[in-house]
Amino acid sequence: MSTVTDEAGVELLDQSEFANEASEEKTRKIAIICSKGSLDMAYPGLILANSARMMGIDAMLFFTFWGMDVITEKRVDNLHVGMVGNPAMHMPTMLAGLPGMETIGTRMMKKKIEELDIPDVRELLEILDDSGAEIYGCQMAAELMDLSQDDLVPQVREIITAMDFFEKTEGAQLLFI
Amino acid sequence: MTTTMMAGHAVEVDDDGFLVDAGDWTPAIAEQIAARSGIALTDRHWQVIEFCRRDNAEKGTPPTVRRITKVGGIPTKEMYQLFPKGPGILAAKISGLMKPKGCI
Repeated sequence: MSTVTDEAGVELLDQSEFANEASEEKTRKIAIICSKGSLDMAYPGLILANSARMMGIDAMLFFTFWGMDVITEKRVDNLHVGMVGNPAMHMPTMLAGLPGMETIGTRMMKKKIEELDIPDVRELLEILDDSGAEIYGCQMAAELMDLSQDDLVPQVREIITAMDFFEKTEGAQLLFI
Repeated sequence: MTTTMMAGHAVEVDDDGFLVDAGDWTPAIAEQIAARSGIALTDRHWQVIEFCRRDNAEKGTPPTVRRITKVGGIPTKEMYQLFPKGPGILAAKISGLMKPKGCI
């Protein structure tokens, strides 16, 4: 910081720098890494990002690995609830794994989501994009799954690398889902 | 909770700047709350405010952003242009209502 002195030679803090600090109010930033592709694990990241935007917090979503399903055009409308290996389903794993159980579970959750007037995943992605949230796909995951930008929903701004991710999220709070 | 002067009246606001008594609200106070958030109210803002106040009176709770867009007919993108620092909080605050409950 540069210093200025008053007439008596006493060092004063440079007022202009303080003025700058006051006028450039820092905006809080959050970046959410979405690594899961089930319906129940897609919502937390999307809802949190939307809530952040509603409060004026900058939000960024980075979809990677199974999370790519959430932003893949062919998959986004057909995400399923994960039944097996989830103790919160309150049923024995052997039952949860029976044919049709996943369809039933998914249908029940989708019904509830509709009843509560919660947007479906595609609409939430549109809302997020309109709200200014930034949505990115992961390059390595895209390569692994043979996906290109054309396979993704239009709200995805870009496919980026993990290093790009860190460049873009400097100073942000991070959340891994 | 603090008392602050707005539009020539002493009004009580909470720590986040929301009016404690919705009865204190006047359009002039709305202008002041908006100005404190860096917003100069336009006709389009007033449309949002009128919808929020009407909906709050009917439902007993301030509308969420989703409700303002879906029922109030203001597109999401525009909501963020009107209230860049967060439509979820500012629309209700400027309308003299409570902080909205709900995540959408």
